[in-house]
Amino acid sequence: MSSIGTGYDLSVTTFSPDGRVFQVEYAGKAVDNSGTVVGIKCKDGIVLGVEKLVTSKMILKGSNRRVHSVHRNTGLAVAGLAADGRQIVARAKSEAANYEKVYGEPMPVKELADRVASYVHLCTLYWWLRPFGCGVILGGYDRDGPQLYMIEPSGLSYKYFGAALGKGRQAAKTEIEKLKLSELTCREGIVEVAKIIYGVHDEAKDKAFELELSWVCDESNRQHEKVPDDLVEQAKAAAQAALEEMDAD
Amino acid sequence: MWNLFFSLVLSASYGSTLRYKSVERIKAVGKHSLIGASGEFSDFQEILRYLDELTLSDHMWDDGNSLGPKEVHSYLTRVMYNRRNKFDPLWNSLVLGGVKKGPKGEEKYLGMVNMIGTHFEENHIATGFGNHLAIPILRAEWCEDMTFEEAVKLVEKCLLVLLYRDRSSINKFQIAKITTEGATIYPPYSLKTHWGFAAFENPSKGAVGSW
Repeated sequence: MSSIGTGYDLSVTTFSPDGRVFQVEYAGKAVDNSGTVVGIKCKDGIVLGVEKLVTSKMILKGSNRRVHSVHRNTGLAVAGLAADGRQIVARAKSEAANYEKVYGEPMPVKELADRVASYVHLCTLYWWLRPFGCGVILGGYDRDGPQLYMIEPSGLSYKYFGAALGKGRQAAKTEIEKLKLSELTCREGIVEVAKIIYGVHDEAKDKAFELELSWVCDESNRQHEKVPDDLVEQAKAAAQAALEEMDAD
Repeated sequence: MWNLFFSLVLSASYGSTLRYKSVERIKAVGKHSLIGASGEFSDFQEILRYLDELTLSDHMWDDGNSLGPKEVHSYLTRVMYNRRNKFDPLWNSLVLGGVKKGPKGEEKYLGMVNMIGTHFEENHIATGFGNHLAIPILRAEWCEDMTFEEAVKLVEKCLLVLLYRDRSSINKFQIAKITTEGATIYPPYSLKTHWGFAAFENPSKGAVGSW
């Protein structure tokens, strides 16, 4: 489903008659075609999960990191053009380091989300810059507890309980809504995220994928880190079991 | 069990006045190292900030690797030497030590770098007056396979000499230890001193013009 923006879609500095900026919407298409990224806010932290589509058998397992640490207590999961995502992560790291240098305390997640959103939005204002072709899910744990933000290529940023980007986002969002997030711990959350990602993965269209999970919670000492391998294996096993159950029906 | 350790006096000066008496001049750096400094304390605070940035970006790579003492020492040497070349030195003598698993097993490292960028690696390091008073003792009595307790005794012997002879030291010390398990910085403590010598009684007896 695509609307033809004949003539009004050539530049990011042109509005269409019905008030849309088509270039920004097209940037969103790049995000919609990428592997699913899911983030949920549990009662004691945040879990971020990415469905990393493996495009070639030659790629080494564990390469192509999609979830990055931006500071000790914050992580960023990227959907869309990976190279654009690297730029956003670099900028977020620099903002967070600078904030701590000036104010002496780690950057609040809300402030970081604001800065990232401003930066993404900046690139939609000038004709000589193209918008970022990636959406970002930012999760962190600061004095106000765990927080989850999602920033879209338009620069729009909202705070969420659960967010999803990429191919399977509709299905993922439906699954997330079924969860009782305020009662889930991050340990349980990991399993749920794994189930969602395994569930929305389209076996027919895309072959192999790698699951990347990270969390920031009380159990990880409020530090953002990759989920320990043993927990990832448990989550994968549970997710595959759930898939088989579904297929059996 | 490989370990390394540091000890220092808990003071920071204001010129020749010993102004601050509870200043901890040892900090852990990353997972594998300890840094101790003498000299200008504000410059040390700046160095700690540089090291913080360094360890943060090292941490964020999240690739299973982390900077060891040798790497941190090398980094600090570059910083100190380049500042000296700009005629704007960081006025410190830094001691860096740590333990990290290398290809040959657990590798201990102890080195120092000073404000002009001179740097080296040794089994025993001292700064300031320690170079003159403590190093001879350490050279005579240090050996490769000391236990922690023996090492503490040796270091306390050096600290005592320094306490008696260095006018800018106070009786408040701190010991820190680094092993493969991590860094431990012990709380401050004092050494027992003996001042009951006959010559110290009636100190103003032979002094001309004292009242």
